[in-house]
Amino acid sequence: MKFSESWLRSFVNPAVSGNDFSHLLTMAGLEVEEEETVAPAFDGVIVAEVLEVKKHPDADRLNVCRVNIGRAEPQQIVCGAPNVAAGLKVPCALPGATLPGDFQIKIAKVRGIESSGMLCSAKELGIAEDASGLLILPADAPVGQDIRSYLDLDDRLLTLKLTPNRADCLSLTGIAREVAALTDTSARYPQVATTPVTIDNRRDIVLDDPKACPLYCGRVIAGVNAKAATPDWMKRRLERSGIRSISALVDITNYVMLEFGQPLHAFDNTKLEGAIHARFASAGEKILLLNEQTLSLQDDVLLIADDKRPVAMAGIMGGEDSGITLETTEMFLEAAFFAPKAIAGRARRYGFGSDASHRFERGVDFGGTHVALERACQLILDICGGQAGPLCEAQATLPARPPVRLRRSRVAKVLGVSFTAEQIETIFSRLGLCFVRNDDDFLVTPPTCRFDIEIEEDLIEEIARLHGYDAIPSQAPRARLAMLPQTEDARPLFRVRQILADRGFQEVVNFAFVEDAWESDFAANTTQIRLANPIASQMSVMRSTLIGGLVANVITNLKRKQNRVRLFETGRCFYRDAQGLPVKGFRQPWKIAGLAYGGALPEQWASPTRAVDFYDIKGEVESLLAPVVARYEKTSHPALHPGRSARVLVNDQEVGILGELHPQWVQKYDLPLAPVVFELDLDALTRARLPKYAEVSKQPAAFRDLAIVVDQKLELQALIDGLLANRPAIVQDIRLFDIFTGKGIEQGKKSLAFRIVMQDTQRTLQDTEVDAAIQQLITYLHQAFSAQLRV
Amino acid sequence: MLNLDQIAQDAVAAFAATDDPDTLEQIKARYLGKSGQITELLKGMAKLSPDEKKSTGAAINRAKEAIESALNARREAIRKQALEARLAGESLDVTLPGRGETRGGLHPVTRTLERIEALFRSIGFEVADGPEIEADFQNFTALNTPEDHPARSMHDTFYLLDEDGKVAEDILLRTHTSPIQVRYMQAHVAKYAHLETMPEIRVIAPGRVYRVDSDATHSPMFHQVEGLWIGENVSFADLKGVVADFLRRFFESDDLQVRFRPSFFPFTEPSAEIDVAFMSGTLKGRWLEIAGCGMVHPNVLRHVGIDPEKYIGFAFGMGPDRLTMLRYGVNDLRLFFDGDLRFLRQFV
Repeated sequence: MKFSESWLRSFVNPAVSGNDFSHLLTMAGLEVEEEETVAPAFDGVIVAEVLEVKKHPDADRLNVCRVNIGRAEPQQIVCGAPNVAAGLKVPCALPGATLPGDFQIKIAKVRGIESSGMLCSAKELGIAEDASGLLILPADAPVGQDIRSYLDLDDRLLTLKLTPNRADCLSLTGIAREVAALTDTSARYPQVATTPVTIDNRRDIVLDDPKACPLYCGRVIAGVNAKAATPDWMKRRLERSGIRSISALVDITNYVMLEFGQPLHAFDNTKLEGAIHARFASAGEKILLLNEQTLSLQDDVLLIADDKRPVAMAGIMGGEDSGITLETTEMFLEAAFFAPKAIAGRARRYGFGSDASHRFERGVDFGGTHVALERACQLILDICGGQAGPLCEAQATLPARPPVRLRRSRVAKVLGVSFTAEQIETIFSRLGLCFVRNDDDFLVTPPTCRFDIEIEEDLIEEIARLHGYDAIPSQAPRARLAMLPQTEDARPLFRVRQILADRGFQEVVNFAFVEDAWESDFAANTTQIRLANPIASQMSVMRSTLIGGLVANVITNLKRKQNRVRLFETGRCFYRDAQGLPVKGFRQPWKIAGLAYGGALPEQWASPTRAVDFYDIKGEVESLLAPVVARYEKTSHPALHPGRSARVLVNDQEVGILGELHPQWVQKYDLPLAPVVFELDLDALTRARLPKYAEVSKQPAAFRDLAIVVDQKLELQALIDGLLANRPAIVQDIRLFDIFTGKGIEQGKKSLAFRIVMQDTQRTLQDTEVDAAIQQLITYLHQAFSAQLRV
Repeated sequence: MLNLDQIAQDAVAAFAATDDPDTLEQIKARYLGKSGQITELLKGMAKLSPDEKKSTGAAINRAKEAIESALNARREAIRKQALEARLAGESLDVTLPGRGETRGGLHPVTRTLERIEALFRSIGFEVADGPEIEADFQNFTALNTPEDHPARSMHDTFYLLDEDGKVAEDILLRTHTSPIQVRYMQAHVAKYAHLETMPEIRVIAPGRVYRVDSDATHSPMFHQVEGLWIGENVSFADLKGVVADFLRRFFESDDLQVRFRPSFFPFTEPSAEIDVAFMSGTLKGRWLEIAGCGMVHPNVLRHVGIDPEKYIGFAFGMGPDRLTMLRYGVNDLRLFFDGDLRFLRQFV
């Protein structure tokens, strides 16, 4: 809501001004979003009358003017403007004046002729862009008057960012009412007289849906001159409120809307047939709007129609072929109240909005409908002439304003500060609320202009606002202390993140909606969750994997010459799942994913350069999961290299995957090297174990190394599983410490070296027992895997 | 006697002449070894008379002691020399960089979230989480924002398509973290249904939220932290106290100016917008909008089965992204979601 402060001050003129005034409004909940001045600083410019214009003897384009500046002697001023002419009233900067840009006006000779001042264009005064000629003032402009006061150039334009509950402040009188309450000053509103009825033209009104439109007023005005000029004062106020002047009739409806907050609509009465109906559209009914848009309507759109066709989207926009034009001589002026519910969201659905819908959606003062109509009639008769017919009106049940109870004790409870009943009384009186007081109890009837006072808390907010939020103390709260649970078997997410960060990974946050292709490439997702209204096509699908985002991050960073990239992200992934909870149909687990690209270590002098590989990342996953030891199985995953990918199992449950990015995606995404990635369910990482003591053996352990040769394709896990299942009881641990292929080892075979740890908790082991145990393992390995001892 | 002095002098001189431990031991053998000069002299004592033995023996022993002490001193000196030589040889360029991995870092907004959680935990707030694909009921209706409520136009909501490609009416991407407070209150009420008076609710709910908006100051996905305190006696004055305390602790600035001004949210009444102003730095003196808050609307409490006459409390919602920007002087919101290591590494 943009408005001119001087217009507002014509209604209420408190002593507070400038920034203090803006602050007052902001702190009352009418946030001043923007403050503008109408004109830059300048002085010494007055209204002048050009008396005589003569060609400059030595310059073709210059004229020598005699100018009346309201003093006894006219001034001689040289002027280069093409539109200068005798009889015009124009702004004149007198010697000593300072124009915008610190431009000083002095008596000077222009091509040999003395000039005592300067006639000004709008641009020279900084009030408009027009530099084509002098700013022509109305013929009745008083000569000698300061131009700033004549054009009201000390005015300020304020833009309020109003919250949707304060529809009552979408008008100048509404803001004035608020300012009066805030500053405890009295306000004067325009006097509106009843329009004299001089003709009998009327039109019947039918409220087909009295809930949606409980009040409709209208009046025929015949013999209007639609081509009459809008008075300058009205034009100026409209323009300063951000509304362009169109024609007198349209300007008047807009002016009254700004003044009283009541949207009005003017029909060409000769284009209406029969009665006016306020009814809902039938599905598919079409209307051509003033904005030249043709809409096919749904059946919840309220219409104004005559007997034949719709003529307006009620409270939103008029129809193109029933509206007034410059040729209109007989008009039908509408002022109605439409229920917010009948208007809300409709304009937005069709992709537009209007000043009228903005107001009706939020609530228009139905107590002011008549006044606004009369005010507009008065202005039309004054400006465009014509004769008014009788008020045509249909009224059903208007919104109720049930009284709201306020208890003084509740005020103290909600705000944390006590008010006396007298203080509350004073505040309610200033707000103009009707109330009955019974000791500490108030019964308040909200005014028709307020749609936001329904419950006790609404009144408490009013008290707080008028008292000032700043004046409510800020207090340290009191509460009974209780310790928060400290669950040791849960690992906080921050801790998990910190582990990865400490191990060289940088956390990123990517959007949860991703490119279509990522979902097919990295997840082969065939049940994508698509957005109905994505912001862009590459942000149209909810991600089911974090990998796509991380790969994109690598590409971004490679472009910025970052050749080693280690990243991780935690976030929810999204899946369709009929059993999904808490939102039915969707599973939204937290995942954590990491990616390493480039060198296994940062480039450095001390270690040879080597690209990061599967086992580097497996190590990261192992340490992230520790103390839980997971199993890793070869897997096939759309994002990963089929020979270099594994799924991660904890207690036989898959908790994630890791592997090298599939060569096909490495190529498609134009990556010079293959990134290695992992993605795990965060659940698996935020679970922790409560440590449990087991007795430490006091007996010495025996160590033996065992090197065997097996088929190269044999997976270690199978070997270890077999060994553990078939080990003698004294074998405590079997650790792989070396793998070798090549010289001395048969083609297609590999040598594995294990360290076997043996121990008994009760006694020292004999060499013979140890040797027997090793022999048992060797025999098992030979039988199960055809393993040979390496010699 | 002269002879003995001479021998001792010779030995000391011979020790001093070598730097090599082996040579030193060979020299020692010449005097103190099995057939060394001193040893031979001692052997020769057998022929002497008891008186002579006494005086000569004492003289020989003095010479032997002198030689041994010189030998030990020399041994120690050579050992030291050798150690020094070795240490000199082993010295490194300690200015070369260390070997191994460098540290990564947390996302700046994560840093902020962690601090927010820590600050609120310190006064007894729990941390809750909730779904990002949310039901219309929890996101709007339960928060006193029925369909067609003008407040819904303040959120430009992302909706989803169902499997048939039609817009799913009841499902959306949450536009704020407030639905978590709804879910948390529902669970809390159920959990303590058996008690006459339920324990207080003190909870914050951080998370990612979504709105159809994208420019230098708006991201279609951003973060929010919701806070909620419900008890039998929690007032607007407490709200002011808690939020102002938090902001001063978060920015570590005791002179931070905090102001509350009336605003509107469907789920709080009275409602307030919170602005802060710093007393120093580049933003000095400017009011910056930082959070919205208010006393929880009785309808919201009723929706989750809490009697608003018995219980009362406040809620607030703030933007960790904005807090992060102000805290670290970041000037473009989009940097948070760009994955640029040159930016992110600054927060290690």
